[in-house]
Amino acid sequence: MNWGQWLLTAILLSSFIPGIIIFGLPEEKHRLRTILNLCGSILKISLILVMDTGIYFGHHFEIRMAIIPGVELLLNGDPLSALFATLSSVLWLLTTIYAVGYLEGSPNRSHFFGYFSLCVTVTIGIALAGNLVTFLLFYEMLTLTTYPLIIHRGTQKSLRAGRNYLIYAFSGGAVFLFAVVALQAVVGPADFTAAGFSPTFINTDGTILTLIFVLLIIGVGVKAALVPLHGWLPQAMVAPAPVSALLHAVAVVKAGAFGIIRIVLDVYGVHNLLLLGVLPLLGAVASITILYGSVRALQQDDLKRRLAYSTISQVSYIALGMSLVDQPLAVIGGIVHLVHQGLMKITLFFCAGNLAETLGIHRISEMSGVARRMPLTMAAFAVGAFGMIGIPPTVGFISKWYLGLGGLAASNWWVMIVLAVSSLLNGCYFLPILAKAWFGKQQGPWPEEQYNGRFETHLMLLVPPLITAFIVMVAGLVANAQISPLAWVRFIVREYGL
Amino acid sequence: MIIPIVLPLTAGLLTFLFTRRTFVIALAAVLANLLAVCFLTYQLLVFGPMHCHVGGWKPPLGITLRTDGPALLMLLMSAVTGLAITLYARGYFCYRISDPRRTGRHQRQQRYFWPLWMLLLAGLNGLFLSNDIFNIYVTLELIGISAASLAALSGKPASQLASFRYLMVNLLGSLTYLLGIVFIYRSYGVLDLDLLRNLTAGGPGIRAALALMSVGLMLKTALFPLHFWLPPAHANALAPVSAILSALVVKGSFYLLFRFWFEIFPSIISTPALNFMGTLGALAILWGAIQSIRQQRLKLMVAYSTVSQLGYLFIAFPLVRVDGTEHLWSIVIFMALAHACAKSALFMAAGTIFLHLGHDRIKDLSGVRSRLPVTVFAYGIAGVSLMGLPPSGGFIGKWLMLTSSLASSQWWWALVVMTGSLLASIYVFRVMSRFFVIPEGFSFNKKDPISPLLEWPALILALISMFLGLAASWPLYILATGSTTLAWIMPGVLP
Repeated sequence: MNWGQWLLTAILLSSFIPGIIIFGLPEEKHRLRTILNLCGSILKISLILVMDTGIYFGHHFEIRMAIIPGVELLLNGDPLSALFATLSSVLWLLTTIYAVGYLEGSPNRSHFFGYFSLCVTVTIGIALAGNLVTFLLFYEMLTLTTYPLIIHRGTQKSLRAGRNYLIYAFSGGAVFLFAVVALQAVVGPADFTAAGFSPTFINTDGTILTLIFVLLIIGVGVKAALVPLHGWLPQAMVAPAPVSALLHAVAVVKAGAFGIIRIVLDVYGVHNLLLLGVLPLLGAVASITILYGSVRALQQDDLKRRLAYSTISQVSYIALGMSLVDQPLAVIGGIVHLVHQGLMKITLFFCAGNLAETLGIHRISEMSGVARRMPLTMAAFAVGAFGMIGIPPTVGFISKWYLGLGGLAASNWWVMIVLAVSSLLNGCYFLPILAKAWFGKQQGPWPEEQYNGRFETHLMLLVPPLITAFIVMVAGLVANAQISPLAWVRFIVREYGL
Repeated sequence: MIIPIVLPLTAGLLTFLFTRRTFVIALAAVLANLLAVCFLTYQLLVFGPMHCHVGGWKPPLGITLRTDGPALLMLLMSAVTGLAITLYARGYFCYRISDPRRTGRHQRQQRYFWPLWMLLLAGLNGLFLSNDIFNIYVTLELIGISAASLAALSGKPASQLASFRYLMVNLLGSLTYLLGIVFIYRSYGVLDLDLLRNLTAGGPGIRAALALMSVGLMLKTALFPLHFWLPPAHANALAPVSAILSALVVKGSFYLLFRFWFEIFPSIISTPALNFMGTLGALAILWGAIQSIRQQRLKLMVAYSTVSQLGYLFIAFPLVRVDGTEHLWSIVIFMALAHACAKSALFMAAGTIFLHLGHDRIKDLSGVRSRLPVTVFAYGIAGVSLMGLPPSGGFIGKWLMLTSSLASSQWWWALVVMTGSLLASIYVFRVMSRFFVIPEGFSFNKKDPISPLLEWPALILALISMFLGLAASWPLYILATGSTTLAWIMPGVLP
């Protein structure tokens, strides 16, 4: 093994080993568990940064392991996987800090943090997967590691949500497996490459390939919550706030969206997809999801449910960008939204968790005047919400700008309409919350005030959303700089030769 | 080569004669058996498949033993699971004997358990190694009788009834098999498998013989619709016995059936017959899974899951047309190995939960996760392996099945396999979710020490079945090295 292979192994192990140790720790070893978690995540971030640097300077990272003839496990560090891995590891660190504060004193923490670490290991595995079989492996393991987190509270409601999640996720996984086997039967085993599988493509029947493409998208679409496969996501809101944040910003939904990017760019390739002509279908599904999610978000009074429908809507921007794959600007907008949506949504979920944990506020109707009690939290919330609407200089604006430019370049007027209507709807469901929180009058005591300390809430709950909100602003301001998500996505798109 | 047969046999006699230290004797026998099998594997890898004429008598007079890839993998399977089950059984009986009210009865159970288990192991090893259909009949009888007595050990009326039915089914199966042998012996006058392989040429007599032998073995393998005896027998037995019956015993008869169909009589197997077996397998998968979902007791649920999982082995039959026997062996071997480890882990976990709670009603399993974390882990991992999620051994088996069914344009088998996995996920997680419920007034600090022998063997077996997929190249290598004798019968004999 050369150093690059050691590096990839170490990246995976840096959260796997702490996870396994944490499972064995007794419940009361609070301090040791926190130290393990933090050391693991900081180590992971540094290793991934090393990998990013290597990739930027053209080093190729790869581990191959043949299992049976035709089935190969392949871990692969390319610019796209570096983007997703960096996002996950940074947000994991923040979420871990948040979760330590959030779960203080609650039962079964060893299990929680154990599965939490495994979940991140698997997410990084998805990022590094170099072919469909490896992707499938981690994709199924993601279902298994997130399930205990979703039903962590052990109530009837959370069990029901967990059951629905499993039904959706396993059905999606089965469809995905079938499609992977079928694709392998048609074109043979293929790694993720920038070109797709063009040489063998010409000889095969277009209908079958279209069918397989649809099945693959259904398989990942379940996790990416494309309408009508989104039913599990709003229910999964019963999970603790750090889990929701992780699910929406880093792990599950993003794994689905990342899968769409991989399938479009690496499995089929731009050229083949244009020949097959299935992209308008993907675009239509994405647009319907964007609008439907926004409309449903308007109707919710439960804050976390509103955020969940907002996620359904926002993640489909990525799919929308992929459906315009012949337009580099739209592709940039789609891929960069993977990072931007993660940053914004995790901020919003942290803030919603703070409201619930500190004051017992779960509904929007209870939020009148809350900004006076928790100004910093609500300021972070405002930044996240502005980002979602797409107000400059937040990162949300950058994504929508590039998507819109791509749509214009392709002279697709409907993309512009979808973007405009969606921004309008985003405004409609976020601005009233902000108005109520900042300018409303407090009506009676808070439902369940739990924290009285020097700051507005526990410090470990307050700092993570402030950091992410700060990044949301800064990454938007310096988007053109050398080091920013946008710059890296441009690098990716250059690598794909678009 | 005769060590894996003679050793457990001797140990069985010793455990019967001595009343004390029976566990030590059995453990030594199982360990030595594992060593011997490992040595045989080494021999196979170095020298290739071997024959051994016991006592120097050559067939058709003498008895022949032989090793090849599939036989050795099955031997390895029974040696490894057997070791884990032996350790678990020790913990199980110690826990039960520590209950002051029934010490005497449980001591008696343990006293009968060890000799019967050793006899069963000897029978299984003999079955995998034998190269002579009458000798196989003897081992089948040995297995059947000791298995039925093991199933009756718990002494409850339900298990008495179930094991009596089990005994009858076994006898009926053996008799049908014996009748088949009579037909063959009347036609050819040989019993050795290699000689038979060279002789076989159609004819109604041989067809009838194969049909009789197949029905007998299908009855013993509990292929749908002949599975009626399995769930009560497996669910009502003691936990280590259930693990043995479900993981190993049914595999023995399946192994024979497979060998007869694809290595001895491939020339007279027709496509409708293969499809017929596949259809029965598909029905078994669906019916077993649906029944499993409907069960109210954990052990019954695991037992019906065995019915369902055995169906996968038969789905492989119609896939022979594309890939030939060797590929087919790799499918069924993966399914069998993964199922043996996962299912025995599941039964062990179910047994530990039963000991801990005093019942196994699925709706009252709440809170188990905090009390028995290792067992719940074992249950979860074994369940995931049964569902065939990557990287388990079951996943490799299912992947191979899907590939061949799509390659031969028989996509309906692929659909059945996928549906079966989804149904499996329902019955596994229906129970799993109960573990996560935190009951009212539950205290997290109360600790109830439980012997590591009850928890860890299950977890280790579950992990083996889970990571079998990553080490998939080893079994494949053993299969490939061990199949050189098959090479010369392959061309032209497949339908």
